[in-house]
Amino acid sequence: MANLKDHLGRPVVAVTGIGVVTSLGRGKADNWAALTAGKSGIHPITRFPVDHLNTRISGMVDFLPSSSKGASALTYELAEIAAQEAVAEAGIDDADFGGPLFLASPPVELDWHDRLRLYKDGKDGEAPRRLLEVARNLNSSAMFDTSQFGFVADRLADRFGTRGLPITLSTACASGATAIQLGVEAIRRGECERALAIGADGSATAEALIRFSLLSALSTSNDIPEKASKPFSKDRDGFVLAEGSAALVLESLQAALARGAKVIGILRGCGEKADDFHRTRSKPDGSPAIAAVRAALADAGLAENQIDYVNAHGTSTSENDKMEHLSLSTVFGDRVAEMPISSNKSMIGHTLSAAGAIEAAFSLLTMRESVIPPTINYDNPDPAIALDVVPNVKREATVRTVLSNSFGFGGQNTCLVMAREPV
Amino acid sequence: MNANDVVITGIGLVSSLGEGADTHWEKLSKPGMAPVLDAERFAPYTVHPLPEIDWTLQIAKRGDQRQMETWQRLGTYVAGLALDDAGIKSDEALCSSMDMVVAAGGGERDIAVDSDILAASGARSDFDVLLNEKLTTELRPTLFLAQLSNLLAGNISIVHKVTGSSRTFMGEEGAGVAAVETAAARIRSGQSTHMLVGGAFQTEHPDMLLGYELAGYLHRGDWKPVWQRQNSEGGGVVSGSGGAFLVLESRAHAEGRGAKIYTELGPVFSGRARRSRGELKDSLEALFQATNLPEGNLLTISGASGGHKATMTEKAVLEHRPGLAVRAFSSLTGHLKEAQFPFAVALAALAVSHKSTYPALDPVEEKPFEGAPRKVLATTVGYHQFEGMALVGAAD
Repeated sequence: MANLKDHLGRPVVAVTGIGVVTSLGRGKADNWAALTAGKSGIHPITRFPVDHLNTRISGMVDFLPSSSKGASALTYELAEIAAQEAVAEAGIDDADFGGPLFLASPPVELDWHDRLRLYKDGKDGEAPRRLLEVARNLNSSAMFDTSQFGFVADRLADRFGTRGLPITLSTACASGATAIQLGVEAIRRGECERALAIGADGSATAEALIRFSLLSALSTSNDIPEKASKPFSKDRDGFVLAEGSAALVLESLQAALARGAKVIGILRGCGEKADDFHRTRSKPDGSPAIAAVRAALADAGLAENQIDYVNAHGTSTSENDKMEHLSLSTVFGDRVAEMPISSNKSMIGHTLSAAGAIEAAFSLLTMRESVIPPTINYDNPDPAIALDVVPNVKREATVRTVLSNSFGFGGQNTCLVMAREPV
Repeated sequence: MNANDVVITGIGLVSSLGEGADTHWEKLSKPGMAPVLDAERFAPYTVHPLPEIDWTLQIAKRGDQRQMETWQRLGTYVAGLALDDAGIKSDEALCSSMDMVVAAGGGERDIAVDSDILAASGARSDFDVLLNEKLTTELRPTLFLAQLSNLLAGNISIVHKVTGSSRTFMGEEGAGVAAVETAAARIRSGQSTHMLVGGAFQTEHPDMLLGYELAGYLHRGDWKPVWQRQNSEGGGVVSGSGGAFLVLESRAHAEGRGAKIYTELGPVFSGRARRSRGELKDSLEALFQATNLPEGNLLTISGASGGHKATMTEKAVLEHRPGLAVRAFSSLTGHLKEAQFPFAVALAALAVSHKSTYPALDPVEEKPFEGAPRKVLATTVGYHQFEGMALVGAAD
């Protein structure tokens, strides 16, 4: 009989449903097959013209009906598909979920094509005034909806019958992990027996791409797109902007067992620490990331030597991979060279607000399937950050516990610890 | 009394009325306070503009100030006021272990670049290429960071060294409700000992007005109190620039460090009525039920926006409870979006701690209230979606 309370006397939190969409495909099965085959989802951008752009590749999700309909529509569709898959797997009524919703999604902005439409529908005058004049006479709320930060979650709450006010959050590239953390905390507080945590990001617009480009964050390895994302390689030259989603049904182990649900894995611990050094760069000593990892281990009640595998943030930027190596080396000591540490982003790119949730989903599948997905494109190892990145080919291994890292602009560091079995 | 009761130990406020908890109390507790308005700059819309602020008082480094636009500067400034008020600012140990939840929208876009692109669009049939051409050459790299929702929290970490944890909630007034609700729940359950929670809104930018006006929510014509805009042109909302941050602590943590305690933050409840199905009235009734109001007369700080449907429904529900003496502060501050609920809670806390009351802010629609309130209710009904309520009570 599994313990229903953890080492601190809190309800143990189980995962009973998972849904995933990335550039590799729709659903867990397709994603897992591609991921373990070392296949890349990175491809040339076709959604908009790439004239004048230094980066012309991405991991956009181009195969959905909303893929060409703007960030709000696509983010919703991505979230909906992932949540549908997760809730179905959990065996819960998809119109009456009966727990709160935590959505990690990108900050919203009026789509440029909508902005242009408002402008063209106006008569004359300066743009700002003209837009406002046209706006107040619109007789559809469609454009308004996309401008409201709470809209996607509100729609999801309607669709899945989640309970209460849904929380939409952003901790930049750690958002997906924070959504899961919020769900775990709510269950631990006894506020609910289950929670739906979703990370979804369909915001790879031209402007988003250009903004990251201007910060020199993106890979410009356009010629062979599938080779562009190369975490921990010496020639890594930035991350690849991508889209995707994942949803987890989180449930107190007690409630899950009581209703006979299948337990996929355990969300054992969450840790976070903010960095006050710089808006985009980490403190050089890595102390905030180190503190976040340690906080997650402490929350999980696990020692350093009890982590079998690290699902790295591994963005393929010079800065992140170096800093992540430093923080993992500090926490795990000499053992760091022997631990498998791989980056899903080598195949799916950086899915921003969704990344933490997608990578948590893949971490859980890693344990369940006893297969570690590789870090592909590891052809030119960086000797300064020597790690066992599970280079290029998947590895069969018994994985009982995973640490999943998420770091983001604005000093965001969030780490999750997951386990295959309850204690 | 319980060691994990949530108490308010710091309040930071900025609105068109001025800055600081004391200033707001002084101005709002005297009868006849007139709103500060700017009806020219964004005519036909009126806004409640920011007061003059010496940013250096809370953001010492010019370099930090330059990295932000007004919204982030404002939020960082108000957060600093709250930390100062709580006696936590510059206390490295307390700040580095402090958890933070910020309710945020987005920052300001570059009006000149956007206008330039639109102006050039007339002569071009390849808008998407034009977009690439202009954005790659005209966007300031750092502006992206000034727009990112979570970078208000990021700047608070950098400037004030609040680094225990940092989370940003989005979603208009609902973000503010959820931020306070979650922060309080974390303290009550022992998940956190001290938290910084709040938000800011900078309305003096055309895109910030557009966010309302895409659904015709803004009031046009002469200013009126929120309850009296039903028959005016437009949608009833007059927005304002401002912000509110609170320092929340467990009673044990606050007492342990000898902090001044304003009030206890009692139950906080949130709701999501499906308004298109007419559920708002029932949702508000349910919040009232859950909040378990004390007997007798109760001062009620309302975050009513003036938005016709929401405000009329709120008014009907409030009037159904004759003991409530309502004060809709946004008549004087304008609608502060994400900061609306933290602002309401802050004003409620000031009344309890001063053992005094606010006069009717709208003498026509709001009734007098006498006496020293032991408890004050704070409500926020979103102009479009989401609602919340909290009961603030004397700490002793």
